Amino acid sequence: MADDSKPLLEFKEVSLRFGEKWALKKISLTLNPGETRIIFGAAGSGKTTLLKAVIGLVEVDEGEIRLFGKNIAHMDEHELYGLRARAGFLFQEGGLFDSLTIGENVEYPLLNQQSSGSTSASDGPDKSSETGSEQRAKNTLRFVELEHTFNQFPAEVSGGMRRRVGIARAIVTEPPLVLYDSPTAGLDPITANTIMALVAKERDTRNSASLIVTHRYQDGELMSKFRYDAEREELQPVDPQDETRADCRTKFIVMKDGEIVFFGTRPELESSDDDYVKKFIPKEESHAV
Amino acid sequence: MARFLTTWISSFQDFILLAGRAFLNIIRKPHYYMDVLLQMDGIGFGSVPIVVLTGFFSGAIIALQMSRALNTYGASSQVGSIVALTLVRELGPVLTALLVAGRNASGIASELGSMKVSEQIDAMRALGTDPIQKLVTPRLIATALMLPLLTVVADAIGLIGAYLVAVPLLHVISAGTYWTTSWRALVVNDLAQGLMKPFLFGILISLIGCFYGLRTSGGTQGVGLATTQAVVSASIWIFFVTFLIDKIFVNL
Repeated sequence: MADDSKPLLEFKEVSLRFGEKWALKKISLTLNPGETRIIFGAAGSGKTTLLKAVIGLVEVDEGEIRLFGKNIAHMDEHELYGLRARAGFLFQEGGLFDSLTIGENVEYPLLNQQSSGSTSASDGPDKSSETGSEQRAKNTLRFVELEHTFNQFPAEVSGGMRRRVGIARAIVTEPPLVLYDSPTAGLDPITANTIMALVAKERDTRNSASLIVTHRYQDGELMSKFRYDAEREELQPVDPQDETRADCRTKFIVMKDGEIVFFGTRPELESSDDDYVKKFIPKEESHAV
Repeated sequence: MARFLTTWISSFQDFILLAGRAFLNIIRKPHYYMDVLLQMDGIGFGSVPIVVLTGFFSGAIIALQMSRALNTYGASSQVGSIVALTLVRELGPVLTALLVAGRNASGIASELGSMKVSEQIDAMRALGTDPIQKLVTPRLIATALMLPLLTVVADAIGLIGAYLVAVPLLHVISAGTYWTTSWRALVVNDLAQGLMKPFLFGILISLIGCFYGLRTSGGTQGVGLATTQAVVSASIWIFFVTFLIDKIFVNL
């Protein structure tokens, strides 16, 4: 479990240019254990680049990125693998290995992550027993309610199910930080809500921190208004009297042309006068979850 | 022209970097032994049928052509030695490498290329696995180890093919003379050359296949292009390296 006193992630004045275009421009943000950040922005505003920069998949030009206390801005790729093993990442299309079964996909991080280096938090290939890792993969697939697909290939299941398998693979090592790149993009509203309910369940079950890139306002709304009740095994609206409630720990970021143009809570977002920011809030809010 | 040269030098530099990291990973942890075994099975055992067929017919054809030519000079008894030298020093390693390049450099490039365009390589990096360690190094080890073995198989089968043509079919030489002259024709230098070449070809084929696969861009069309480039490039390098080795060994 992560040390609650230190931020898991810190961006300090981070900038990145692709030619003449700013992909990220003086981005600063902090993420503590258990916190959630919802990132909105138009296509090409730098949301996915920001997410990739968190684990060093893209190298930034300026600034400092501290992941689990270490500056990764110009870290050697080989050193980064140990740190990446401590952060789950859900790709937009799932990023599943199509030649492996769903069970093998979920088991993959347990068997293949770098065991060398002091930063590795998870079992390396030498530490995991075959049956132990398989059992953990099955348990995680059960968490996303897809245990029955263990022996199927990704191509044999629906897009929504592939996304859920992607979540299972991202969280199988129980990372303290999970990054979601458009988890609901291209999905119907029912499947999208199922996915977001799983994201909330993951956050509230293990108190993990989440960075969520999304186009759907409802995704952020669900994360801030609901919490997963482990006893009832369902999402419950947060208690307004509870100081640790989800809407205190969930904040919103709006990006435009590589810059953060808004940062704040959901009520602040909803009351924003900025024309660009207002575009991400539906005029007639749908509260159906 | 200057732009072409810059691109070529930059690509060559990337290739050397990839090769360096792939070799470095041989001694770095973690080691993916199961991936090495799987690749050895796919690249090595999977190539046996085609290598056996090609080796057999290469030997048989050399024997057919040489029997006729040597008969003109009354030197038919030398068929065995000529077949052995040609196969072990040159045709065995080069033909086997060209076949493996066609079969495996393309296979490696298309597999890694498809993974690249579908974000699977990025996913691998994000999950804390080094794609070079997981994908490139096992293919490098497997091809470098299996290609010499395949070449030995091709050489042996080629000698049998030549024997069947020279002895039972054309009756230009006795079985005892054929095998004795074949065996005596070979010296340590020939065997060293015959094994060193496929070892180097194996390194080249696997690294070229991986290099073009990992730099694939542009969807399925890009995968096709990477595959073609890998096979063409590997084939050219095989001829270039065999020329270099011949130059070194001829002078020894």
